[in-house]
Amino acid sequence: MNARSFLMAALASLLAGVSQADTKEPIKIGVISEESAIAGAGISKAAQVAADEINAAGGIDGRKLELVLYDDHSSAADAVRAFQRAVSQDKVVAVVGTYITEVALALMPWAARSHVPFITTGAASTEISRHVHDDYDKNKYTFHAHTTSVGAADSICNSVKELLQPKYSIKTGVVLSEDAAWTTPLDAEYLECLPKIGVKVLDHIRFSADTSDFTPIYNKIEAEKPDVIFTGLSHVGVQPTVQWAQQQVPIPMVGYSSQATSGTFWKDTNGAAAGVITFAVAAQGADLTPKSKPFVDAFVKRFGDAPPYAGFTTYDTIYFLTEAIKRAGSTDGDKLVTALEKTDYTGTIGRIEFNGRDAEFTHAMKYGPEFVRGIMLQWQDGRQITLWPKSAPQTKVMFPAFTHLQHP
Amino acid sequence: MFAQILIDGFAISALYALGAVGFSLMFGVSGVLNLAHGATMVVAAVTAWVVAGQFAANSWLAAIAGTAAGIITAFATYFLVVRPIQRSRSVPAAEKEIFVLTGTLLWGIMIQEAVAYFYTDNPKTVRPLITGVMQIGGVRTPTNELLIAVICWAVIGLLWLLVNRSKAGKVLLAASINPRALTILGFELSRVYLMVWAIYGVLAGIAGVLLATFLGASSAQASQLTASAFSIVVLGGLGSVAGSLLAAYVVGYLETATAYLISPVYRTIPALILLVVVVYVRPRGLLGRR
Repeated sequence: MNARSFLMAALASLLAGVSQADTKEPIKIGVISEESAIAGAGISKAAQVAADEINAAGGIDGRKLELVLYDDHSSAADAVRAFQRAVSQDKVVAVVGTYITEVALALMPWAARSHVPFITTGAASTEISRHVHDDYDKNKYTFHAHTTSVGAADSICNSVKELLQPKYSIKTGVVLSEDAAWTTPLDAEYLECLPKIGVKVLDHIRFSADTSDFTPIYNKIEAEKPDVIFTGLSHVGVQPTVQWAQQQVPIPMVGYSSQATSGTFWKDTNGAAAGVITFAVAAQGADLTPKSKPFVDAFVKRFGDAPPYAGFTTYDTIYFLTEAIKRAGSTDGDKLVTALEKTDYTGTIGRIEFNGRDAEFTHAMKYGPEFVRGIMLQWQDGRQITLWPKSAPQTKVMFPAFTHLQHP
Repeated sequence: MFAQILIDGFAISALYALGAVGFSLMFGVSGVLNLAHGATMVVAAVTAWVVAGQFAANSWLAAIAGTAAGIITAFATYFLVVRPIQRSRSVPAAEKEIFVLTGTLLWGIMIQEAVAYFYTDNPKTVRPLITGVMQIGGVRTPTNELLIAVICWAVIGLLWLLVNRSKAGKVLLAASINPRALTILGFELSRVYLMVWAIYGVLAGIAGVLLATFLGASSAQASQLTASAFSIVVLGGLGSVAGSLLAAYVVGYLETATAYLISPVYRTIPALILLVVVVYVRPRGLLGRR
């Protein structure tokens, strides 16, 4: 193609775009994600799956839903720039995204200033909802569509009580978490709820997220002879798991290992994941609601791998956000917030409603068996097996042969 | 505890030594500080992981593929970045070094971002070459950790033989001492450089693969790996291979002892303090020539 015909073609396509926009202006939603992290990349992918489905079904009252995607490279500064651009240049009506609490916290003030709703679909800290609670009028634009760390810790304690205590009677544990914003409330809740289920916490170790050699940490834990290591891992995951298996640390790992919720974790660790038990808001095979499996199938068909946890929450978020836009009959930020607060949507992760202004965690999802409380899964023979809240009839908990918890 | 530090530190230090030796040799012979060093190791690690996972190859085959990727990356660095700068007429001779430094730094970032784009920045691990654990002095040690130390030292030993006992090695040595005299004697410097980049690629490739079987490697670590090799080489004395080996063990043991005796969080700090002190008190490094 020579330069002139290329220019003509470009001009033609530009004109075509303009005339289309004239007839029916799309509604734009910004998606800010971390494209080089598994959880983060799941955010933009799942959003596209949801948007395509919504558009195929007629869009929002005849208007198309258009996603504007931004990669924040796991950096709060990049995320803030993306948010500013999304609002001022791309004119989005709401922003969805990020699995990192630190990034979500950096975006909150921008949602407040620009009166554009922001829904984080992967961050976990209760700091987010605490800010909404403490300064509602300013921070009401932020919603938290992922289980909080406190909820996750409660699910972990409850599942250990129901799942492991009858068989193994666990008496002691060590809490092992990476030093990050999301694990602060997680650890605090661990220290609170573990004693209630009869587990004495022998030690509480927080390590820097750039740790690469875990040998000294495991040696210290082993010397304390706990029954179980309770984890809080997200930015690291592969390395502690592989070294745990290679060094044959005889203590099972149970808790929240965010990377282990991704379907590729077995491959990433070459099977070292065997026996690891982790919380997840949802995962392939858990089938929490009738919507879970169709979403997983659509995602796998399009992208090859199963969606990570932030994929489930983002998919649901695009849907309930779309409903809220319809309910509000407007894309005005304040009206959208009011509509979002009335959300009662059953998605792939359960029934989603948000806590009100007076609740402890304002604008976080309601937690509980009738709402969202996540699942516990274990890696067995290359597959994620859901153990809790309900498992398949033949399902057994299985720990690797080198650990001291074996079948009684 | 003492035995634990001794054994654990030995394997880590051996890996550091292997990683730094190529970096040091490269500087000694051709005056290039390759800041894409960490990225080269990561490419080798990720390639081994891809070959092992995608093609269901065994660990040894994956290791060979990873090493090959290290060599290819090294040559790509040389032909696409370093040589064009060295031969460029528009870059003043006095500024060539800083251009090479900047060029390899940017090239390293490009590689790192490309790896992150295609394979995410999640750490990758390659199945250990040997599985299982053994008891050494009452310390449960993964057999793979021992094997890593053995391989590292075998490769370093081979390198020593090559440099000191072969004609090609003597040419390398000569190039590091007086490249001009070498050209007067009729040796083609560009061929010497090709050889040193090939050796460098093998060393960085093996180090990358071993890292992936031991601690795991991720694209996000690339700059950290470069920094670690850089500080070991500076500590040991720029261009001194023996100095790099010594420094690798000083850093390895200092880090391991800190991790055990104080806290894993402060692991890298004492070694960095030592580096600052050495740069102040003995700028040529532990075994540096000048």
